[in-house]
Amino acid sequence: MLGLLLLTTLVVPVCNLLVPDSSGLHISTYTMTLLGKYLCYALLAVAVDLVWGYLGILSLGHGAFFALGGYAMGMYLMRQIGSRGMYGNPVLPDFMVFLNWQELPWFWHGFHWFWFAMLMVILVPGLLALAFGWLAFRSRVTGVYLSIMTQALTYALLLAFFRNEMGFGGNNGLTDFKDILGFSLQSDATRAALFIASAAALGLGYLSCLYITRSRLGRLCTAIRDQENRTRFIGYRVENFKLWIFTFSAILAGIAGALYVPQVGIINPGEFAPLASIEIVIWVAVGGRATLYGAVAGALMVNYAKSYLTGAMPDAWLFALGALFVLVTLLLPRGVTGLLRKKEVNQ
Amino acid sequence: MSVLESMRSFMRRDQVFEFLIPDTPPDLDLTHGVILYLEEISVSFDGFKAIDDLNLYIDDGELRCIIGPNGAGKTTMMDIITGKTRPDSGSAWFGQQINLLKMDEPEIAAAGIGRKFQKPTVFEHHAVIENLELAMAGDKRVWTTLNARLSGEQRDHMDEILHIIGLNKQSANLAGSLSHGQKQWLEIGMLLMQNPKLLLVDEPAAGMTHQEMERTAELLTSLAGTHSIIVVEHDMDFVRSIAQKVTVLHQGGVLAEGTMDEVQNNQRVIEVYLGE
Repeated sequence: MLGLLLLTTLVVPVCNLLVPDSSGLHISTYTMTLLGKYLCYALLAVAVDLVWGYLGILSLGHGAFFALGGYAMGMYLMRQIGSRGMYGNPVLPDFMVFLNWQELPWFWHGFHWFWFAMLMVILVPGLLALAFGWLAFRSRVTGVYLSIMTQALTYALLLAFFRNEMGFGGNNGLTDFKDILGFSLQSDATRAALFIASAAALGLGYLSCLYITRSRLGRLCTAIRDQENRTRFIGYRVENFKLWIFTFSAILAGIAGALYVPQVGIINPGEFAPLASIEIVIWVAVGGRATLYGAVAGALMVNYAKSYLTGAMPDAWLFALGALFVLVTLLLPRGVTGLLRKKEVNQ
Repeated sequence: MSVLESMRSFMRRDQVFEFLIPDTPPDLDLTHGVILYLEEISVSFDGFKAIDDLNLYIDDGELRCIIGPNGAGKTTMMDIITGKTRPDSGSAWFGQQINLLKMDEPEIAAAGIGRKFQKPTVFEHHAVIENLELAMAGDKRVWTTLNARLSGEQRDHMDEILHIIGLNKQSANLAGSLSHGQKQWLEIGMLLMQNPKLLLVDEPAAGMTHQEMERTAELLTSLAGTHSIIVVEHDMDFVRSIAQKVTVLHQGGVLAEGTMDEVQNNQRVIEVYLGE
């Protein structure tokens, strides 16, 4: 799995930058950006799999952490536009000028530094998950109730970010980005660098999750998933374990969001939509819960199908998604990778 | 106190800040030979008195059987000892020093009370040996668990427990593939990994074959002495085969206490069990 990732990381940018357009091996920038986007989704799926597949917390709100990471990156990119915006204001982003705001809101300060924005990419989703998890796990909310609360969390954020007064661009979100760290976002080389960064983030996220799941902590997580009471009575403070794994997962989701935004060029409140979070769960279910490579495979497969179907038959996609989820639940409870594992066992 | 003075006490290098001192409960103190004191405990759920003025003392190293009809409060009593349920009134002490009512489940487990549930609860998706590993006594915080490695000593200890519970051949099997009786033993083995002083064992013989029951009886009697054990059981033959002292619970209180023969000839016990 990691070898495959390494291979794509090397081959795709090379085929894009060095192989001439006319050659059959050339990969267009569009395709490369699309693949980079998939890799961000794959990291997000790994994050969800860690809490759902291994710890048994069905989070229907991971899109919120993804979007918050994305907004932090988007704010940095907005500040980089500077006076090149429509209204040419050197400090205020266009939408603030449009709203007749005179000065930058306090929470936008600092985002012109890249390091500060990257810190926020980690801190904002992490702290939100920490606060939410501390309240939820301490009062022993589990199962469906917890899922509904995560759903409510992302929905509340959706409504909040839709408001213009929030200062995040309302329903248009943040867009029209120009450059990152001084490199133009339109250039192929920057796109290739972002692709490599996404692949590296996925690789590191995958490895760290692998380290966790193979340690005693990982065995304890699955033990909590299967018999929460037993783990409590053998002396583990279950709420702390849930809290830290959940927070770690939220941070991974935030990083995925931050890498996603410069590649797609926009972040808007739509990312907070409950439907988006449910889609992530479907990727993991299709790929196979409680296998990290399954989560990656599921994210890639479903998103490829989505890109293909929304192009070929735009109306059919939601039906296909629903049908996919029903079929997988009924016929492949362990996902597509479950099929492979079954073969291994039979041999 | 002046600012300077408080600064000085703040900067002192010969002592640690109070909040950094780990909040360890006092050691188990058994100077009076009694390991568990339950005194005047009452609990009610929605007006129903599950436990009503219960007094129970368990000696160090004792094997005590608790019997009683359904709804007598046996499981609720275990819930109180392990911190799952808080009583409305009364006191519960572990040895002379440890107040169980001020602790939660993980703290009580760390202090040395292990509990086996009525229904065997083992981690079915883990190997037998992993079940024991997870239950092992030690530092059970998040970061230490992430970096935990098994030492040779710990492996030996796990092997020893596997022999005691008779599952050394199945150590690599998934716990879910064990028979019902073997799961019960594995759960007892998990309790032993915690190095408990007091074992609470809820219906260990339920659903067992005759041979399995005999082995369980042997196992429990061999553990008594080094551990204190409370066994809750319905099966009278099983109780007779292990019991030193029997307590009969009825409607949340102690009805009778004594040897098996004394209890069985007690007039009130006969009334409760056999009806008027």
